[in-house]
Amino acid sequence: MSAFPVSRRTWRRTLRRLPWWLAAAALAVGCLIWIYPFLWMVSASLKTSAEVFTKGLDLLPEAPVWENYERAWVEAQFGKYLLNTVIVTVCTVVVVVARCAMAGYAIARHDFRGRKVVVGVLVATLFVPAGYTIIPLVDLSQQLGLLNSLTGVILATSGAANVAAILLYMGFFRGLPKELAESALIDGAGFATVFFRIMLPLAKPVTATVTVLTFLSTWNAFFLPLVFTFSRPDLRTVSVGMLAFVGENGTDWSGMAAAATISLLPVVALFIALQRHFVEGIAGAVKS
Amino acid sequence: MTVAVRPARVSAAGPRRPGRAPGAARSTAYVWLFLAPTVLLYGAFTVYPIVSSYLYSLTDWNGFDASPSFIGLANYREVLADPMFWNSFRLTLTFMVLAVPVQVLATLLIAIVLNSPRMPLRKLFRTALFLPVVTTTAIVGVVMQFVFDPASGPVNLALREAGLAPDGIDFLGQSSTALGTTIGVYVWKWFGITLVYWLAALQTVPNEVYEAARLDGAGAPATLRYITMPLLKPFLVIITLLSIEASLQVFDLVLTMTGGGPFYSTEVIEVYIYRWAFAATIPRLGYASAVAVLFGLFICLVGMVQLLAVRAARRTRGAA
Repeated sequence: MSAFPVSRRTWRRTLRRLPWWLAAAALAVGCLIWIYPFLWMVSASLKTSAEVFTKGLDLLPEAPVWENYERAWVEAQFGKYLLNTVIVTVCTVVVVVARCAMAGYAIARHDFRGRKVVVGVLVATLFVPAGYTIIPLVDLSQQLGLLNSLTGVILATSGAANVAAILLYMGFFRGLPKELAESALIDGAGFATVFFRIMLPLAKPVTATVTVLTFLSTWNAFFLPLVFTFSRPDLRTVSVGMLAFVGENGTDWSGMAAAATISLLPVVALFIALQRHFVEGIAGAVKS
Repeated sequence: MTVAVRPARVSAAGPRRPGRAPGAARSTAYVWLFLAPTVLLYGAFTVYPIVSSYLYSLTDWNGFDASPSFIGLANYREVLADPMFWNSFRLTLTFMVLAVPVQVLATLLIAIVLNSPRMPLRKLFRTALFLPVVTTTAIVGVVMQFVFDPASGPVNLALREAGLAPDGIDFLGQSSTALGTTIGVYVWKWFGITLVYWLAALQTVPNEVYEAARLDGAGAPATLRYITMPLLKPFLVIITLLSIEASLQVFDLVLTMTGGGPFYSTEVIEVYIYRWAFAATIPRLGYASAVAVLFGLFICLVGMVQLLAVRAARRTRGAA
């Protein structure tokens, strides 16, 4: 940005920018308050329980207490919960990207009997929120022997409403020129080759968006993993584990804060690293 | 990109439609193979549950007995006569009516400020405001229980230090403040997503338009009033309706922050369904399904209005 005012001209420019800097200062204070709950959480995770109660407002702990993390990781089993969450999230993202890309491609580029029915069912269920179908979903999973297993959580989550992802892929594949597939077909490429070698690599921007959005919703999922792991505490994801933890250890504030930090750190780190994809993925919802 | 696009359509041996070409049968087989994962997963875990919700809602079933017994519309009659259902319905609507306008308008203001290229540190501010969006709602809900703790939570410590509330306020523990606090946290949590919607909308206004307005002597207020606002109108519809839809799904936050209490003062519809289906000593799955069906229909109605409104908005944009 602008350097220090050396000449009169730059001085004037600085003066003109003053209102903006004032606005920035106000926003900076607002943003600090905004993220304060997270700062408080990280700070509490490094304090002794007594310190959290007596000096709750000081953000810097007297001396960092790493034992809180050990307690959360081992005793409260957040190490295990984190692993469960990673397994569920990675598998779900892979399944969702694969199935949505394939379905989107098939619907967008091919005319087949039943196409209208498939599209109609997808669009009709666009607005059905996940929570309202939970009862039959649990019942079906029980009959299939999927309840109380991570496989069940993964399959049910991947099968939940991802219509928007299919629509994104459909829109993208429909926009590609016809000649692309045709020329490959003459070269002797089959249906699957055309898709995996040409179409899917071209769709990378859509794949990035779908990956980020699916990652976010799966990592943060709560209702489904909650009801799927009622009788198997060892299969809890971090969000379910968190509720159970405060239910059992309501007074262990620093342990709670450490567990929350462990659970939130991966997703926050990924957000900072891939910020552009997060923001563009979400903004895409409005533009289309 | 190893496959170059060939200039001429050498292959076109006649007028063809995709999928009706020679080898169409094989191609159709592939199409269904590609659709199979979606048909199976989506069919089993989304379409089937929707359909069977309706069937369940006509039965009396606790989940333990071998088979549900058919009781017709009795569940619906009971739901509609239950004051607690109407309490939940009212709370869900209150949540929507209070949260959505604040979210939509406040984010618009901030977005306009952050959209100006002259604003310093705008990327940093956007990141900070967006941060709560990526965090796990259920975990944020639990953390907020502690943040709003009446004795040692930082909010009450700060209020006490400032001399505003010497006895502390039990934000989540009393009926009069619990819903308001939950709504506040909800707006904070999802503020960033609406902000990004607005920023995306503002990006669609080309810079030249602003330049031209400035050359014509329009000041910042005039530009806002006559240029930015009219161009944003179609987005206002879409963003409002996306926010409405989101505000109807607050289970994670409410269950972890208040559990629906105190005294059912935050028991939105989803928590009501959860209580009857999973948290009751004797689950009433048929009854809970009836509530789910009723509320599902309500959401569908909102969705339908949404589609119509978006279509209307498109027309306005086309005419503009």
